Amino acid sequence: MQAANYICKCLEDHGVDTIFGYPGGAVLPLYEALRKSNIKHYLSSHEQCVVHSASGYARAKGKAGVCIVTSGPGATNALTGIATAYSDSIPLVVISGQVPTFAIGKDVFQEADIIGASEPFTKHNFLVQNADELPEVMRRAFHIAQTGRPGPVLIDVPSDVQNNMISSGAMKLGPLNIPGYKPIFEGHPKQIKKAVHILQTSRKPLICVGGGIMRSDACEHLLEFVDKSGIPVVHTMMGKGAIPEDHPYALGMIGGHGHNLAKLAIQESDAILIVGARISNRAVIGLDLEHKDKSIIHIDVDPAEVGKNLTTHIPVVGDASRILSRMTEKLDQSKSIKWFDALKEEDTLCSIPEEQFNPVNIMKMIDDKIADNAIITTDVGQHQIWTARHLPVRGKRRFFTSGGLGTMGYGLPAAIGAAVAKGDKRQVVCITGDGSIQMTLAELGIARGTGQPILFILLNNSRLGMVKELQDKAYGSESYFGIHLDNNPDFYKIADAYGLKPYRTTTLDELETAMNSYNDSPEVTLIECIIQPNLNTIWG
Amino acid sequence: MRQRYLSVLVENHSGVLSRIAGLFSRRGYNIDSLSVGTTESAGISRMTIGVTCDDKLLEQMMKQLHKLIPVLKVNELSHSNAMMNELAVIKVRASVKQRREVMDLTEIFRGQIVDVSDSTLTVSLLGTQDKIDAAVTQLQSFGIKEMIRTGATGLQRG
Repeated sequence: MQAANYICKCLEDHGVDTIFGYPGGAVLPLYEALRKSNIKHYLSSHEQCVVHSASGYARAKGKAGVCIVTSGPGATNALTGIATAYSDSIPLVVISGQVPTFAIGKDVFQEADIIGASEPFTKHNFLVQNADELPEVMRRAFHIAQTGRPGPVLIDVPSDVQNNMISSGAMKLGPLNIPGYKPIFEGHPKQIKKAVHILQTSRKPLICVGGGIMRSDACEHLLEFVDKSGIPVVHTMMGKGAIPEDHPYALGMIGGHGHNLAKLAIQESDAILIVGARISNRAVIGLDLEHKDKSIIHIDVDPAEVGKNLTTHIPVVGDASRILSRMTEKLDQSKSIKWFDALKEEDTLCSIPEEQFNPVNIMKMIDDKIADNAIITTDVGQHQIWTARHLPVRGKRRFFTSGGLGTMGYGLPAAIGAAVAKGDKRQVVCITGDGSIQMTLAELGIARGTGQPILFILLNNSRLGMVKELQDKAYGSESYFGIHLDNNPDFYKIADAYGLKPYRTTTLDELETAMNSYNDSPEVTLIECIIQPNLNTIWG
Repeated sequence: MRQRYLSVLVENHSGVLSRIAGLFSRRGYNIDSLSVGTTESAGISRMTIGVTCDDKLLEQMMKQLHKLIPVLKVNELSHSNAMMNELAVIKVRASVKQRREVMDLTEIFRGQIVDVSDSTLTVSLLGTQDKIDAAVTQLQSFGIKEMIRTGATGLQRG
């Protein structure tokens, strides 16, 4: 079988019915094979968006997103998307075209060493030098991307290899065995027993969850553990959605931009169970987790994360869902201590004028109007923090953001990927800012092309608000530089030109009207909210 | 912080060395020495990597190395649990008159003279890092024209 046809067949065998891509000279054979296959192809406007869309798709589907880019600039453009997925542990299989094998190393047109360049941002990558290697490479790529700590895997396929025939012998694969890759799933029983003992004998136990809960599909297991143990939960930004935020034991988000209550809980606690969080600098800024009176239990599927940023007393390496259910079984009885009630009284909430058109009230309005199973994506900046702080992920809602790398321009293409994956079953809402949206603006046309009623909410303050805030903190107020977006386009006209239903709102009433019209007849829509230029993230 | 040695068993594909070098450089780990060679199994190489670090960093290095797919096994080698040696080839300035002195010194360190010219002697030495350090110190009084050390390589005992 011709290698290009084999790739398509192999994708179908892996249950892939949708891919994102951008064609070019080095993937012509692959695109010809795709044309004849049953796989649906979504063309993006830029290879970075190809990968972000595959990431949104992967998060919505809970399995690897697949994308195809061409050699040289196609592959290098994809790097930001790949690095973004790597930081957030999103499973992807990225297939890049490469110049023909005989031309590799000769600096020919559109040649780039993408194996070398992507090595720091991929879980693994493969250069396929012979068509007969493809069957094993494809199988390994999906396995590595989706198991253990998920991540992007890149397969670089020279164009002549795509045209070559794979021998029938090479297509007969024995059992999968990757000697250097044996992820651990089951936690060590002794460690699990110790962990439960510590949690049940401490006075102020706390659970801190990260994105690993979603990667491991462990939301239900977490809920069972929390309900049975009565231990309160805080989450990192990547952990938003691990537990419904209206759950009585959910105390909010930790981190520099997190909720006060969550930070108080961390400080007060005497034992912390960390699950699927890597305790990044952003998450624990200003918190003393290394305190001698705190017992730290850390569950992670990646052994390297345990003990990397924080000294851990009880390390438990394995899959969060399995370990949490083992721990639930081991719990003696339900011991609802509710030690955190006192903290709730201590937590001071600033009062926000009810009528003001500010991000807090905007988020309240969005919360009221969007579905309980909505997938919310964000870009990066102040709007991301406002969303994380004030738009609760309740019910079956999900929250997709670039938490690790902090990639502006993620929200729009990720929303497209999520909508393609789930659009007919779930509402997809992208909350973005005027800086971020312009990183990947041309994807609006792609969004319309999906036929899915994606809702874009653009908070426009004509500033790079987050940078402004950082400059403010670092150099004193009024020391702003390079953050004014005075040359913003008319987003209403832009949305209209791309075929979206446009709204511009300047009051809560206008926003409500726009949201109601969207809900009455959902179609792909952009609602621009003009907000004050000088708001800070924590104020609201 | 002290000198440590990692013995790393890897699949011998192209690019494996760059993956390991890349891992060390991007995480800010310094490689003091590196030696690579084939093993009893075709397609599998063994690397001996010398690093200066504390226990915590060594644990991180070993874990991060394990995450690389072509890495099969990572062990720490120490002088108590392993046999470790280094090869040094040292070109020493030596006039015809000085040859005897250099040859005597080489004898003390159980080295061999592997080349000779009118103005130089080339000494080959095998031994632990300490032994080679000591020999180098002694030979410096003649003047070392050129030198190469392979870095330690070794195997666990037993």
